[in-house]
Amino acid sequence: MIQAEGLTRYYGSFAALRDASFEIGEREIVGFLGLNGAGKSTMLKILAGLMRPTAGRVRIGGADLSLQPDASRARIGFLPEEPPLYREMRVREFIRWVGEVKGRTRREVDQVLPEVLDTCQLTEVSDRVIGELSHGYKKRVGIAQAIVHRPEVVILDEPISGLDPQQIVEMRRVVRSLKERATVLISSHILSEVALTCDRVLVIHRGQIVAEGSEEELGRSLGEGVRLTLRLRGRRSLIEETLAGSALVESYELLDDAPEIVVARLRLLRDEREALVRELVASEIGIRAIEETVSELEQIFLELTREASSPTMRDRIVGTRTSMSSGTEAQA
Amino acid sequence: MRPLLLVTRREIAAYLNSYWGYIVIAAVLMADGLLFNVMALSDRPKYSAAVMEEFYLHTFGLTCVASVFMTMRSVAEERQIGTIALIDSSPLSPAQYVGGKYLAALGMMALLLLATLYMPALVFVNGKVSYGQLFAGYFGLLLVAGATTAIGIFCSSISSSQLLSGVLAGLILVFFVVCWFLAKQVEPPLKEIIEYLSFYERHFRNFGRGQIHTESIVFYLSVTFAFLTMANRSMAIRRWR
Repeated sequence: MIQAEGLTRYYGSFAALRDASFEIGEREIVGFLGLNGAGKSTMLKILAGLMRPTAGRVRIGGADLSLQPDASRARIGFLPEEPPLYREMRVREFIRWVGEVKGRTRREVDQVLPEVLDTCQLTEVSDRVIGELSHGYKKRVGIAQAIVHRPEVVILDEPISGLDPQQIVEMRRVVRSLKERATVLISSHILSEVALTCDRVLVIHRGQIVAEGSEEELGRSLGEGVRLTLRLRGRRSLIEETLAGSALVESYELLDDAPEIVVARLRLLRDEREALVRELVASEIGIRAIEETVSELEQIFLELTREASSPTMRDRIVGTRTSMSSGTEAQA
Repeated sequence: MRPLLLVTRREIAAYLNSYWGYIVIAAVLMADGLLFNVMALSDRPKYSAAVMEEFYLHTFGLTCVASVFMTMRSVAEERQIGTIALIDSSPLSPAQYVGGKYLAALGMMALLLLATLYMPALVFVNGKVSYGQLFAGYFGLLLVAGATTAIGIFCSSISSSQLLSGVLAGLILVFFVVCWFLAKQVEPPLKEIIEYLSFYERHFRNFGRGQIHTESIVFYLSVTFAFLTMANRSMAIRRWR
């Protein structure tokens, strides 16, 4: 549905986006994850046809955005971080107006309007003036204006920023429901949100896409090793000595849980947990429990953004991306 | 045409749903009424035609001022509050957007001019006013409103703040108005050019006397077209860069 090749954007001499390439399929929910200032909003503005890239190109449904901007814009619905709303208008009137401005007839808009209001849970406030609504409702009106013309791509910049926990849950439901009709792109710096809402994540750091994939795939991209959490019984010094001396263990950290009980979080170079158990038993360390740790997005993200600064690690991480991306990296 | 009218409709509703349109119209009507009372209806006896000429003079000035205030919010405010993103991400062309904004502001200016009609009506009741002078004067005022509104829309389209837009439009209008004075200070051939640009002295004064000159119609329409074209270009450039 969306193909981006070598997207680069400079503000003066500052590169907000550098050689970003990716593909997004139909009916996918993809999250752009990155710290503040990483380049997420710049990326979304380019994809929404609001900003021209300094280099690179975007295709929406096969149409080049730079060659057919108006046709492409009609296929896109965009919600900036601050919803673009005319405060003096009423909700229903505003959404109807946006639908018509985006190329639908009055009749077409009126046909979909009840469904749009229902999807965004705006039916009960549809006759109220926008300026009088709460922040959460304004965000929903923002989403309604982005989907009223039935776009194939919906782009939402930080859709949950400023919402309370209940509104976040509702917004998550709304975003998931959009997937039935459109490809959805969201940006966020809130990791749990991206993990809960998106099928796939593109991690942006300092204007570059440093990794992409599902949460599970990103965890694997950090290395082939296995992460284990063990509850061990024995002297802390003995446990530390054993783990430090083991050729199987890449890294570890120890937490005191109870007297004589230590929780060890460690990463093995390869999946040789049986050999590790043998080593621990040989050192007369008791094993109370052992489980594989699934990498959580927060941990993955921190490691990716920290390690992406290191050239070796960046090569390794970016190397797991799609062949198209690797191609443009090579050209660069 | 339909997208243009959609923008116009929303814009007129915005003027009427906010205090701004009413405040501008009320302030201008009050100033116009006061000036009419003090200047046109002074103690000194005057012919109705002279009263009307003076009325057109200060209504011309107030039309210029009103158009600055009416248009300064137009595009600049959308840029300030972020609703420009809605326009920029829509298939609406810059020409449709600028045209819609212009028609709405011009509609408000026409409403304002309509509301000033009670003053000529007073002269009409108590004196002798020719229909020709009445029609020519208001036709001229509408042409002036068209040109000054176009200047205001252009300034709003290149400004990121309403204040800057207003100041810029004010400066441009002052230039056009004082051209007759500047023309006196320079030698030909520049003198003719600057004189031709004089909004009031060269062009509007004739309308106020009940004379319609094709040259002046062409002048005001040209200024309107030029500034709307520049506004359109400015929107197109800023839209996707």
